[in-house]
Amino acid sequence: MNWLSAQTIFMAEMNRFFRTIGQSLISPVISTVLYFVVFGAAIGKQINHIEGISYGAFIVPGLIMLALLTQSVSNASFGIYFPRFSGTIYEYLAAPISALEMIVGFVGAAAAKSIIIGLVILATSWFFVPLEIRHPFWMIAFLLLTAITFSLLGFIIGLWADGFEKLQIIPLLIITPLTFLGGSFYSIKVLPPFWHTLSLFNPVVYLVSGFRWSFNEVADVNIAWSLGATGLFLVLCLGIVTWIFKTGYRLKN
Amino acid sequence: MPSVISVQNLSKTYASGLKALDDVSLEIERGEILALLGPNGAGKTTLISIICGIVTKSSGSVTVDGHDNVTDFRAARKLIGLVPQELHLSIFETVWDTVAFSRNLYGRETNAAYLEELLKKLSLWDKKDQKIMALSGGMKRRLLIAKALAHEPRILFLDEPTAGVDVALRQDLWNVVRALRDTGVTIILTTHYIEEAEDLADRVGVINQGKLILIEDKKALMRKMGQKRLTLELAKPLAKLPKALARNGLALLDGGRELHYSYDVRSSKDSIAKLLADLAKANVTFNDLHTEQSSLEDIFLGLVKQ
Ligand SMILES: Nc1ncnc2c1ncn2[C@@H]1O[C@H](COP(=O)(O)OP(=O)(O)OP(=O)(O)O)[C@@H](O)[C@H]1O
Ligand SMILES: [Mg+2]
Repeated sequence: MNWLSAQTIFMAEMNRFFRTIGQSLISPVISTVLYFVVFGAAIGKQINHIEGISYGAFIVPGLIMLALLTQSVSNASFGIYFPRFSGTIYEYLAAPISALEMIVGFVGAAAAKSIIIGLVILATSWFFVPLEIRHPFWMIAFLLLTAITFSLLGFIIGLWADGFEKLQIIPLLIITPLTFLGGSFYSIKVLPPFWHTLSLFNPVVYLVSGFRWSFNEVADVNIAWSLGATGLFLVLCLGIVTWIFKTGYRLKN
Repeated sequence: MPSVISVQNLSKTYASGLKALDDVSLEIERGEILALLGPNGAGKTTLISIICGIVTKSSGSVTVDGHDNVTDFRAARKLIGLVPQELHLSIFETVWDTVAFSRNLYGRETNAAYLEELLKKLSLWDKKDQKIMALSGGMKRRLLIAKALAHEPRILFLDEPTAGVDVALRQDLWNVVRALRDTGVTIILTTHYIEEAEDLADRVGVINQGKLILIEDKKALMRKMGQKRLTLELAKPLAKLPKALARNGLALLDGGRELHYSYDVRSSKDSIAKLLADLAKANVTFNDLHTEQSSLEDIFLGLVKQ
């Protein structure tokens, strides 16, 4: 492992983010505020407390997860797709670095960006609802684990995509629906049995549930399941990325 | 001393089924300038890309200073700098940032003094804080060279480095290349400007349709392969070529005032002596004579046409 090389990739990616920090943060903040206005203030008033907490407080972890997932996937997929598209990838391929340094650099930076955005959303939420975080350690753990896992997924998409449409279609067709149906804005316990069972096949359910549990001990599934499922997904993504680098698939002709 | 790069039976078939390299074997000697010539699509870039680790090989092997370029890629790639054929640059970065990035990516700490010297050598120092998008094509080409040299490689690949560079700068570039060679850097370049190879290279390789059809010391090559032409300025114009003189390669030109004789140095060592003897016998006298050696370009075109 060559730390300087990994750090160089990481910093180059982060600099790109900081150069446009305003743009990078403004849209997630605005959409969070809108969610609060619509779900928290307008609709939330009609909704009873869920498991003893206000609807506004209930959706905060879901909102952060939603941003974390979409930002991780889009940052990481764009981060690696762009050098492939522009041809600058040659320098990474010719450098004396392995898959590991590239993953640490690119995926680490994508995860770091989405965590920054997640924390900004958390701070924004504080203006709207009183929050408590009962298990800060687990909250950070889920934040990290989710950001890394979905940045890996984004990295895979960015390696696989051979056009900008494909780069957007996966997040649009898969990530967004899975997140909305994953209990971000409701407890899957309120669903009819069939849909409840189906939801258990949605990996996002475990993330949101675990993350929410770290805030206020309200969970749709057991916390151990949440951790296990997230870890499993992480290992799966790592496996695919390793395979891609081993075979050079889509990276080298 | 063993060669610095050894390519053994290298073949490459792209996913499309196209065979871009066909059993290429090649030894690159330490400290030489090797020019690779070949028509478009011959496989030059493919060969360079495989050695540098950008394209995977189908079969064969490559070692760089004794290190296999796949199993021991870190050691192999540290030694190599690559200037790609296309202008691949991150246009939003500044010149300074991008050369520092290249150096760091290779695991070396920024060395401000070295990078400054490098940018000055390539006439880019006054542009160091500019964004790359504000550079001209020739400047971008030089920046790619600076990036390739940022980690102080011992071997430099230049894939058509002078495409789009004006004549004056091209000379500057070749001076940079010569200066590098003088510090012991091995240089492999591809070019379509044959004068460049003729000017600069120690050895010349010709690739055609994925095969290395020739690799030779440049001077020996030009001597061995060269066609020569003897021109005789006749004292008295001839109406037509006398029968006794007729032979392959001999022609009467310029209204009978000049005799041109083309011959291959390799195949007929005494053809000139015979011609001169026959001229004396036929009583043809001449005022002056000179010979011309054909250029690398002629040799190259002759090879590729076959
Ligand atoms: N990624 C690729 N996929 C499929 N075929 C390719 C690929 N890259 C190159 N080729 C083919 O391989 C052959 C050799 O290409 P290469 O780029 O090595 O030629 P070259 O000698 O560098 O040519 P030029 O002088 O035009 O740069 C060409 O026929 C080209 O079309
Ligand atoms: Mg080429």
